[in-house]
Order: sequence, then C-alpha cells, then structure tokens
Amino acid sequence: MRSTPDKPARPLSPNIQIYRPQLTSVLSIANRITGVGLALCAIALVIWLVTAASGPQPYSRFQHVIGSWPGLALLLVATFAFFLHLCGGIRHLVWDSARAFELRQIYASGWIVLLASVGLTLLSWLVSLTI
Amino acid sequence: MERYRIETPKARAAGLGSARSGFGHWWVERVTAVALLPLVVWFAASLIAHAGSDYETFVHWLGTPVNAVLMVLLLVVLFWHTALGLQVVIEDYVHSGAKVWLLLVTRFACFALTVTGIMATLRIVFEAWAAS
Repeated sequence: MRSTPDKPARPLSPNIQIYRPQLTSVLSIANRITGVGLALCAIALVIWLVTAASGPQPYSRFQHVIGSWPGLALLLVATFAFFLHLCGGIRHLVWDSARAFELRQIYASGWIVLLASVGLTLLSWLVSLTI
Repeated sequence: MERYRIETPKARAAGLGSARSGFGHWWVERVTAVALLPLVVWFAASLIAHAGSDYETFVHWLGTPVNAVLMVLLLVVLFWHTALGLQVVIEDYVHSGAKVWLLLVTRFACFALTVTGIMATLRIVFEAWAAS
C-alpha cells in the first residue's frame, strides 16, 4: 500500500476492530480458523499413517500421545472444529445454490450449525467411549 | 476451468467477475468440499468405531481394499481442499514478502503430505496382503 505524507485524516468504514461480533461474522471467521486448525490435524493424520506403516511400536507411541490428557483435550477441540467446519461448509454449499439467503434463514442456519456441531461432538465421543 | 464456466457470456464480455483463475479456484474448492462429505463421514465413523484399537486391528482395517481406496481418496481430496483453503487465508492476511514463500511452502507441504500418506497406506496394504 502506498502512503502519502500529507494524507488527510478520513473516517474509517466499519471494520473488524470496531464492529460488534455477531453470529454471522463469528461463524464466518470460525470457518477459516477451524480450516487452518484442521490442516494441522491433517498433518497428524499423515503422521498416524506413517507410524502405523512403521510397525507396532511407533504406532503405540502415537496412540499413547493421543491417549494422554493433553492429547485427548486436543482431540476434543479437533472434533468440535471438524464438525463446525463440516456443518459450516454444508451451509456454504446451500448458499452457493442461491438458497436460504434471507436474514432470518441465515441466523436460523447459523444456530443449527452451532447446535449440530456441539451435538455431533458429544454424540461421537459418547458412542466412541461406549462401544 | 473453461468447461465449468457458470458465468454468462455477457458477464464475461463485460469483464465482470474474476480476471484470472478466481472462478476455477472457487469451483474446485466446492467440488472438493462435496467429495469430502462422504469421505469424512466414512473417516469419522471409522475413527469412532476404532478409537483406541491396537495395532493389529488398525492394520487389518486399513489393509482391506475398500478402506485403503477410501483412505487414498481422502488424502488426495483433503489436501487439495486444504491447499486451496490455506491459499485464500494467506492471500487475505499476509501482505509482506513472506506471502509468496508461505504460498509455496503450503502448496509443497500439501503435495508432500499427500504422497507420504498414500505411501504409508500402500505399505500397510501390501504388508496385510503379504501376511494373508
């Protein structure tokens, strides 16, 4: 960006620093943040496959790290990030088909995405721990 | 991405929309997203079913043809989608000289991780076949 020394002070348009967070904007940035976080999880997926290909001992070492308390806490966060990105992505695909663009529908789908992500996270952990 | 043009000829003639490859990027991000839907459902369901399973169980599971094929597909589409998504994030938020390097490293890393994941999967598959 070019800066001129005698640039007059002009009012700024509403931007991220001064705008009140709303469901729409929070979910929008959450989709990006979870996307970046899930990219890191994708690296973990490859490490997991490589340890499994390397033999029982590397594999069990990896399982041990995931099974530790910090590992399980990260896995819980990752599970929620996964479902939020998945449900948010489906919401985006619906928008891409030029549907559900009324403000009320946008808020309704936003709450559905949030509640479904929490519900699916709890459900998957519940099922995983019981079977 | 000529085949997938949705924009009208008039919009194109008037110079509306992306000047270069923006539409192709946008479209492939959606295509990979749709492809990922069944793949991640399979992956999540498998993880839930096999959480904390031992080495033999896991290798046996991944060694079956259907699961191996789905894993390779998942790796390809997942890292394709990841590369496109990270590219947009970098382009939007990084404006320093590091931008080009970050874009390169991200793209190379996604390629390398895809190939590494596929090779690991294949090794597990071939060892499972050799054992059976």
